[in-house]
Order: sequence, then C-alpha cells, then structure tokens
Amino acid sequence: MMTLFSSPHLHGGNRSQRLMLLVLAAAMPGLLTQIYWFGYGTLFNVVWAILVGLLLEAGVLALRKRPLGFFLKDGSVIVTCLLLALALPPLAPWWLVTVATLFAVLFAKHLYGGLGNNPFNPAMAGYAICLIAFPASMTVWTSPEHYFDLAGQWQWFWQERGNIDAITQATPLDAMKHLQGKTINEMLSANPSVVHYADAMFWVNTAYLAGGLALLALKVFTWHAPGAMLASLGIMAGLFGAGEPDLYASFSDHLFLGATMLAAFFIITDPVTSATSRKGKLIFGAGIGILVYVIRTWGSYPDAFAFAVLLMNLSAPLIDQYSKPKAYGQQP
Amino acid sequence: MQAETTNLLQQGLWKNNPALVQLLGLCPLLAVTNSVVNSLGLAIVTTLVLVASNALVSLTRNKVNSDVRLPTFVMIIAALVTVAELLMQAFTYELYLILGIFIPLIVTNCAILGRAEAYACKNPLAPSVLDGLAMGVGFSLVLILLGGLRELLGQGTLFADMHLLFGDTAANWKLTLIDDYRGFLFAILPPGAFIGMGLLIALKNLIDDYQDKRQTTNHEATESRRVRVTGTIT
Repeated sequence: MMTLFSSPHLHGGNRSQRLMLLVLAAAMPGLLTQIYWFGYGTLFNVVWAILVGLLLEAGVLALRKRPLGFFLKDGSVIVTCLLLALALPPLAPWWLVTVATLFAVLFAKHLYGGLGNNPFNPAMAGYAICLIAFPASMTVWTSPEHYFDLAGQWQWFWQERGNIDAITQATPLDAMKHLQGKTINEMLSANPSVVHYADAMFWVNTAYLAGGLALLALKVFTWHAPGAMLASLGIMAGLFGAGEPDLYASFSDHLFLGATMLAAFFIITDPVTSATSRKGKLIFGAGIGILVYVIRTWGSYPDAFAFAVLLMNLSAPLIDQYSKPKAYGQQP
Repeated sequence: MQAETTNLLQQGLWKNNPALVQLLGLCPLLAVTNSVVNSLGLAIVTTLVLVASNALVSLTRNKVNSDVRLPTFVMIIAALVTVAELLMQAFTYELYLILGIFIPLIVTNCAILGRAEAYACKNPLAPSVLDGLAMGVGFSLVLILLGGLRELLGQGTLFADMHLLFGDTAANWKLTLIDDYRGFLFAILPPGAFIGMGLLIALKNLIDDYQDKRQTTNHEATESRRVRVTGTIT
C-alpha cells in the first residue's frame, strides 16, 4: 500500500485475458463441428499447437527477461495457437504443427516485440510460411465421409503411418477452380463427394458464424471489419457468379466454404494487426474480401485467407494514416 | 604498418563486415546463397573482382580527376567483371549458367564500389589490395555460411554438386546430414534468405554485446537512476 503509483489510478485489470477467454469460448462450436465432420486431427493440432506455443512463449519471455506469469496468463498465445491449429488441415503431422507454431510465436510475434507490436497476424504468418514450405502437406484435407478413428489419427499425427489416399479429397473450392472443361454444375453432379464436403463446410462455417455473432453481441469487436469483408467478398462473388455461373463459384459458396467465417470473425478482428478507426476497419475488411476473391479465383492456392490477411496487415498503417477521425471543429 | 594490417583485417572480417554490418551487396547475397556451391562460386568471383578493382583504383588514384572518379570506378569494375564472367564461362560453365544474371550484376555490388570510393582511391597499392582481400573474405564467409545454412535446412545436405566448381574430384563431396529429409522449401526460397541473414546479423550483434559486456563489467554503471517509477508488472 505504501508504493506510489502515477495515474491512471483506476484500471480494469488484465483486459486481454477476459477478451482472449471469450474468443476461446466462441471458437469452441466451430472446433467441435470441425472435429465432428473431419475427424480428430483438428483436436490433435489444437492441443499440440497450444502446448508448443506455451513452451515457446515461456522460453522467449525468459530470454527477453519479461515477466512470465503476466504474459502467459493473458492467453494471447493460446488464442494464436488455437486459430492456427483450426486453420491447419486435419491431417497435419506433428512436425508441421510445430513449425507453424514456431514461426507464429517466435518470428511473427516476438521478433517484432511481442503482443501489441506485431505488424502481422501471428497465426496467419505461421500458416503462410507452412503453405509456402510444405505445399503438399498443407493442402491435404480429410473427406467428411472417411476419416481416421482416434487411434489411426494418432498414428498418422505422430508417425505418419496410415493410408491417407483413402480418406483425402480435394476441397470444394479447389474442385471448383480446376473444372477441366466442365461447368460447375456438371462437376458437382459427377462428384457427389464434393457436394457432401460442401455441406460439411457449410456447417463448420455456420458454427464459426454463430460464435462470431456472440462475440459481436458481447462487444468484443465492432461489426466493421467482418461486415466489410463479408460484403466485399459477397459482392465480388455475386457479380462474377451471376454473370458466368458455369465458371465462377456462387455467392453462397464463397461465404460458406473454406475458412471464410473463421477468418471474418476470429482472424481479421485481431485488434493488434488490423486498422484502428471505424472507417479504417471498413477499408481493411473490404480489402481482405476483394483479395480473397481474387486469390481464390485466379491464384494457385486453394484458399486465400493467409495471404489476403497478411497483405492487408501490411497496409494497415497506411490505412490508419488516411482514415484518422477528425476532431470536432478541426479544419480539414 | 603492422597495426594498419591488423586493423584492415579486423575491419573487413568482423567490425565493418560488408555483409553483416554495412549490409552491402545484399542482392547477390540473398539471391544465390541457396547452396554452398553457388555461394562459393559467387564468393570467389566477388573477392577476385574486389581485390583487382581496389588495386587498379589505387594505381590510378593520382591520374583520375575526382570529378570523374565514379564513372572511372564503374568502368574498371565492369571491365573486371567481364573478365571474371569470361573466365567462368571457360572453366565452370555449368555454374555460370546457374548463377546467371548475378555474375554480371556484380558490377552493381555496392560493396565493391564502396571500397573503391572509401578506401582504395585514397591509399597506396599494398593496403588497398589488403583491404579488398579482407572485405572480400569477410563477404565470402557470410555468403558461404548463409549458403550452408540454407542448404542444410532446405535439403538436409552440405556441399552438394561441388563438381561444378572443382571438377570430378569433388563429385562425391556431398554430405547427407539428415537421411530421408523431406526438404524445407522455405529455406531455399527468398524469404528464407532474408530470415537467415537476419539471424546471422543477430548472432553477430549478440557476440559483440557479450564482448562489450565482458570488457565493461569492471566499470561502475554511471547513468543516474530514475527516481520515480510507474509501478512494476508482475
């Protein structure tokens, strides 16, 4: 009691911790749906990524002589690792998850100065590095009809033993890009498994949407970034899809396939790496939506969120510069 | 003279290393260091050009008007690089093809022009040659270290394809350090070069800090202590 503190004298405690706990809770429905449809791989990924992430965080904090308890308890590293693991394919082996977490925590977060100083979203940076380094392993998704049981998944995760050719298939977005001369409808009627997969992805995305709306209602973030992102992606997809429905995936495909809802509500709402003002967040979100559509449709990677988010992270300081809110009475 | 020699060597190899401290010549440094053999090839050519250009610039330093010195330096360096390029075509043609545009681009390597401008045009022949050699070897060491690091991480091997540089005797110098290595493509690609380079610079700074600290442990800290603090985070 005798220690003197300078102002502010009233503060609300460790706010980050409450925020991160809410985000963790809101991601649970999505995680469970993903496990239900695509097997236990995601569960292994999440647990392993969080373990490795906590260890790395503790190690770096000790090296940097920062207080361990304070930064470990704020939960930010757990959220980073959870989002990273949710984005990784369910068939990621342990070394892939380890490399992704290592880059996310060490390179994307701590080399820039830790929480609050990182210009790039750590989860997306870790994901993007693995996508560049191990393109084959990063694009293997289980089919919702066949996946390993718990023991089989454990064998695959730890030793990469198991016949994965029997349980993998191209994701719907990938299938819709490589049509090989067919129209989308022809391709879908020829491949019922893709339709089934799309249904599964719809439920996963709906679960993330529900979690995201709950966070929105709790005022964890504002609607601007996710709203603008979904709107711009929807407009792009609507325009192209309506104009040439045989070649371009439709409005609902783009909104409910791939990682759309996970990214919209959990990744681009990261307060550290997005633009700050409301106007800025609108531009930030819209930019991501447009980039996602462009990369998904004309790029060579199956999904586009990591690259779109990183590119807009890079532009966030510029957006902030030009979207500074004017103080009342200020001359332009 | 003795002190000058030591100083030149220290500057080139460590204190003022062109790659780690001056950060010059990064374009070839980052672009070709994806294996030891590529790095070594570029390292040898760059060092030769650096020594020869320092020598020529130093010899002509009293004849060249300072208004036209930069064009003269560039002409000298370009002529030397052309010679080096022709030599590579004659003796290590395959490596020449692999290194491609980065051999002619040595002309634009700021480390070479920098040494000509900063040292060779003001000093006699012998120290200039020594300066070129020290800087060249300093640059080469970083090139080879980074090349080895990236080859090891990217492919799990060291000294692969050395026959491109040393002929058939070197054909089985390849060391496979990790069997069954899956390959870490990221280390081979340009971002891996940037991160590897950053880590090497960090390592150098770490060693420098450690040495500084060891030298200054006997001295008492002199800066004033802050009187007021705003509490501590625990």
